[in-house]
Amino acid sequence: MITVCRVEDLPPGEAVRVTEDVPAPVAVFNADGELYAVDDTCTHQDASLADGWLEGCLIECPLHASAFDLRTGLPTCLPAKAALRTHRVTVEDGEIRLHVSVGEPA
Amino acid sequence: MRSVAVVGASLAGLSTVRALRAEGFDGSLTVIGAERHEPYDRPPLSKGFLKGDVDADALALGSPEEYQDLDVRWLLGRTAVRLDPRATALTLDDGRQVQTDAVVIATGATPRTIAGTDGLRGIHTLRTLDDAHALRADLVSGRPHLVVIGAGFIGAEVASTARALGLEVTIVEATAVPLERALGREMGRICSGLHADHGVRLLCGIGVRGFTGTDRVEGVLLDDGRLLPADVVVVGVGVTPATGWLAGSGVEVADGVVCDSGCATNVPRVVAVGDVANCPNQFTGRRSRIEHWTHATEQPKTAVRTLLSGTSAAPPPVPPYFWSDQYHARIQLAGHVSPGDEPRVVEGDVDSRSFVAVYRRDGHEVAVLAVNQPKMFNRLRRTLLPFPSAVRIPS
Repeated sequence: MITVCRVEDLPPGEAVRVTEDVPAPVAVFNADGELYAVDDTCTHQDASLADGWLEGCLIECPLHASAFDLRTGLPTCLPAKAALRTHRVTVEDGEIRLHVSVGEPA
Repeated sequence: MRSVAVVGASLAGLSTVRALRAEGFDGSLTVIGAERHEPYDRPPLSKGFLKGDVDADALALGSPEEYQDLDVRWLLGRTAVRLDPRATALTLDDGRQVQTDAVVIATGATPRTIAGTDGLRGIHTLRTLDDAHALRADLVSGRPHLVVIGAGFIGAEVASTARALGLEVTIVEATAVPLERALGREMGRICSGLHADHGVRLLCGIGVRGFTGTDRVEGVLLDDGRLLPADVVVVGVGVTPATGWLAGSGVEVADGVVCDSGCATNVPRVVAVGDVANCPNQFTGRRSRIEHWTHATEQPKTAVRTLLSGTSAAPPPVPPYFWSDQYHARIQLAGHVSPGDEPRVVEGDVDSRSFVAVYRRDGHEVAVLAVNQPKMFNRLRRTLLPFPSAVRIPS
């Protein structure tokens, strides 16, 4: 379990990239008050989704506009075809905690 | 309309097929592709694939399952050599005829070459997967000197990749400032500064007179008499739209296939998409061939609507967008830069190679350029609108 940041440091519409103590970088999003965590690197080509465009619970890759559903990790449009791994996020004592999963994506 | 033939098995061709099926077209679909490969992604050919980090399988744009669903007849390794004037039949290079009710022209463009390169091994252009295979074989053969002719984006990416492979790289550029046409003078100079940062020699304002070597290239002779040693040469001096096969078809051709804003040509039930399509563009303010990857995925939706509805309608005004990855720098541009447009850095600074610049014309924001600033770039690109005087354009 990784402490990401204080809840107030991740306002709605923002993302934070976690690179320490994870097998691969993870992006944690505040999508209109709901927190989600997915692998940060787009499954199509090397780009950081934390830099992407967040709309509802869809994140659009900043390079080629692949979009993923943060709830499932599944791509909702091409060019990406593979899903992102999703990770569990909890809030404890006002801090965002990331529980990194190592299983296969959906 | 019971059958559609798509000429060109590229990203634009595949995107057309996808759009036709997504819009409910259930007739027969034939795709004719000059290369023997199924559609693949070209951008990595000058980067990850050329470097050896990405294999050919990873470039595939579709999957066997998807192709089964799309139900397409693929005629690969074949070119169309003739379109009859009623656009009801294509003739292929093996003499075969393909009967069709509608034609989508997606034949793209071919790289320009330089006279005097015939018969000399070691001189390459880069467009196709086969080109990239051949170039990679030469780059990793242990010959140390690469000369790239043309400092455009392809040339710059090849130079960057070759440098990462440990070659000595010299770029020769005919104009005084590389990338000036795409980025303007000031930003062209800044972005081409990446070469010097990484030990690549850039010679500007100089033409190429010829090559030395008998069987294999040994040097590049410059206009000023200098001779650059060269074991491998890459020519990246632009492309020519592939329209020769349309002679006699009645389809109007002028720097590509002349289309209206809905991708319709002057011949009924013939549309064009991708690099070959020369359509009015609200951001450039004139007819333009937009040779960008994203455009090749978006424009086919417009062409398919035109084909299926029989009425040509312009797409929503989305600014042209392209990116280029060089030397760990990600360059992104949205909109269109015309001579005189003034860039202003709004975030970061150019010396650190991490910045965003917004171009203005008469106070209007017309383009956004970013180097290693994707987040801010993507916010700003959504705010771009066509320049007011460019909204009304002749169709």
